[in-house]
Amino acid sequence: MIIWRRLVLAALAAGLLGAGPKGGVNQALLAADQPAPTLQAYGLFADAQGLQPSPGMTAYGLNTPLFTDYAVKRRYLYLPPGAHAAYRQVGVLDLPVGAVLVKTFSFPADLRLPGKDVRTVETRLLIHRRSGWAALTYLWNDKGTQAMLKRAGAETPVSFIDAQGARRDIAYAVPNVNQCKECHSVNAVLSPLGPKARNLNGDFAYESGREDQLAHLTRLGLLTGAPAPDKAPRTAVWNDPTEPLAARARAYLDVNCGHCHNRVGFASNSGLYLDMEESDPSAQGVGKRPVAAGRASGGLEFAIAPGAPDKSILVHRMASVEPGVMMPQLGRTLVHDEGLALVRAYIRQMKPAD
Amino acid sequence: MIQFGSRLMIAALCAAALSSLAGAVEARIIHVYAGSRAQERLQTALIDAKPGDVVSLGVGRFELTDSLSLDQKRVTLKGAGRGLSVLSFDHQTAGADGLLITGDGAVISDLSVENAKANGLKAKGVDRITFRRVRVEWTAGPKETNGAYGVYPVSSSHVLIDHVLVRGASDAGIYVGQSSEIVIQNSEASYNVAGIEIENCYHADVHSNLSTHNAGGILVFDLPGLPQMGGHSVRVYDNTVVNNDTPNFAPKGNIVASVPTGTGVMVMANRDVHVFDNMIDGNGSAAVLLVAYLNAFKDPTYNPLPRDVAVHGNRIGHNGYDPKFDGGPILAKLLGGAIPPVMWDGVIRYKHLDGTASTDIVRLLVSDGPVVNLNLKDQGTPVTSANPSIATALGEGPLVEPAPVVLPAAMYEPPARKWSPKKHKAKA
Repeated sequence: MIIWRRLVLAALAAGLLGAGPKGGVNQALLAADQPAPTLQAYGLFADAQGLQPSPGMTAYGLNTPLFTDYAVKRRYLYLPPGAHAAYRQVGVLDLPVGAVLVKTFSFPADLRLPGKDVRTVETRLLIHRRSGWAALTYLWNDKGTQAMLKRAGAETPVSFIDAQGARRDIAYAVPNVNQCKECHSVNAVLSPLGPKARNLNGDFAYESGREDQLAHLTRLGLLTGAPAPDKAPRTAVWNDPTEPLAARARAYLDVNCGHCHNRVGFASNSGLYLDMEESDPSAQGVGKRPVAAGRASGGLEFAIAPGAPDKSILVHRMASVEPGVMMPQLGRTLVHDEGLALVRAYIRQMKPAD
Repeated sequence: MIQFGSRLMIAALCAAALSSLAGAVEARIIHVYAGSRAQERLQTALIDAKPGDVVSLGVGRFELTDSLSLDQKRVTLKGAGRGLSVLSFDHQTAGADGLLITGDGAVISDLSVENAKANGLKAKGVDRITFRRVRVEWTAGPKETNGAYGVYPVSSSHVLIDHVLVRGASDAGIYVGQSSEIVIQNSEASYNVAGIEIENCYHADVHSNLSTHNAGGILVFDLPGLPQMGGHSVRVYDNTVVNNDTPNFAPKGNIVASVPTGTGVMVMANRDVHVFDNMIDGNGSAAVLLVAYLNAFKDPTYNPLPRDVAVHGNRIGHNGYDPKFDGGPILAKLLGGAIPPVMWDGVIRYKHLDGTASTDIVRLLVSDGPVVNLNLKDQGTPVTSANPSIATALGEGPLVEPAPVVLPAAMYEPPARKWSPKKHKAKA
């Protein structure tokens, strides 16, 4: 008992000093209800810049990611020693208490030179505590040497050159903890969104070489119960033109809209369900009239007017950057031109209703 | 019996006093004042608040740049007064709603919300939500670019809206959607598209409100394709629904865009709706409209007809003199210059998805005639195909009035202590 208390005190002290304990991840600090004031305190990374993951952190990617103003994202799954995730065919993997999902958002000065002059902006943590999942956001300083807790959200100016060579200046928004929950909500309980088996089911460039992520995690003993990758469901890669258009568009809508727009999500009351599991075309928006969209409908009658992207509310709201009209409501200040083009093409090839 | 009753009452009062005392001991008051960094300070307070706490706003304008949110349970956000503490979204650059509430037992009182980009005060999935003495307004007057709803509880239960004022909403001023156990009272909705709207709700009492200078005064709607459908048990009584004359400024595509300018009370679909003892005057299209959902629908469980609807005891003044719905002017001319107090589309059948006709009986009880029946018969028939007939009244059998909505006692404010002039003797 006393030893345990000492451990916690030591962990807290280490946390307050802002330096991670030597030798890796500070599990006690992660488990504590009180969040650490700095990201560095958790010891999730071996370096202050958050570039070298500590032991126990496994990098991962998603076939189709959420768009966040063209931010480049690095994702890690932390599992305590000996712990493992369990496979689920639908929804996110069953992650044990102690698991942490780590996501760092950064912007290269020029999107065409992704490795050069990278500015790290924000790191988000989803920590699986005994009491449930907790969401924390840490905002990096300009030098990229320390990230501070921001519970009430923050706004920070970011500039970069986009893929077409045009300069973009944005007010990058760090969400507050309630906003985290708006998206990360399943039946009003905070839950992870990204690491679903189907969205992980693809190759990742590990240091050991390319390998399917489900296979890799299974091989390392970090995942149990997963079938062979070709037997598991797979989310299409939204920007891989060799994949079918509809599969890519559904994947894009699932990841970018389906976290709220599903039957148990924050936008359940809209009746518009864009998650991959939804099978009713009307609920997917085809010929569906707006309910509480107000002016955001843009005077249009249907969420998706088959064959007519310009008459589809979905397109209208994706193409907007105006608060109150734009969708998603959180997480972007720019239009995702490429994502919008994909959804437009998807709606254009739909056969108009008779 | 009386004695037993009064004993119970005393016991209840003691219990209430004790629990409010206990509450007072537990509750913490977090003060937030207007000024710089209002967004961060107020949002932090709303995040830090624990169950039972009061976040107390000072006097002044809180200039906000993003949506605010309250997720903690049993938190009160209380301003210094409806005109004194103003949450201003004039410079909102992110988020959609003014304040989003997801914590059960929230009380929002004594403050104003101005010019939110989407909805003013939205509550999603909340059990026990109270809005008291709040004003939500878009201050440039009725405009299509104003936010949709002023006060907007949705997918919630036990909803109390009391002494609320909403102006300028481009959809409904006070809108309650897909909720149950609702009381809207002593409130004013003006210069909105719809004043007060109850949509896909169960058990609502809308009474003692003023709805004026909207396009439509009070709407009771049920729409298909939503998680909660089959709206029922709504009482609309003792309201003043007058001079709803603001041209409908809703963006096209929204259901309220179809509400004719100058509508007093409108019931679309729903069952067990009783409209009684209201003052309805100066509404150019009609005092009371009873209509079926007009559009095609693919929802097998949806019933598009208004049924078991009673309209009685209303004081109906001069209405229907300037009808703004399709075919309205011709119909008015045909009927001697004005639409009668109550207009029913006469739709009694709809087709199930398999093509078979519905067999539900549509019972209406209308004593505030005359009533014009458009005799459209089949759902989806346009108004232009009307074959109108006039009756002094409709229906015979009694329709049972829905039971009053009773909210948890703790949601009502304790009555103010009585002031007695006798104790304050004037000095000689």
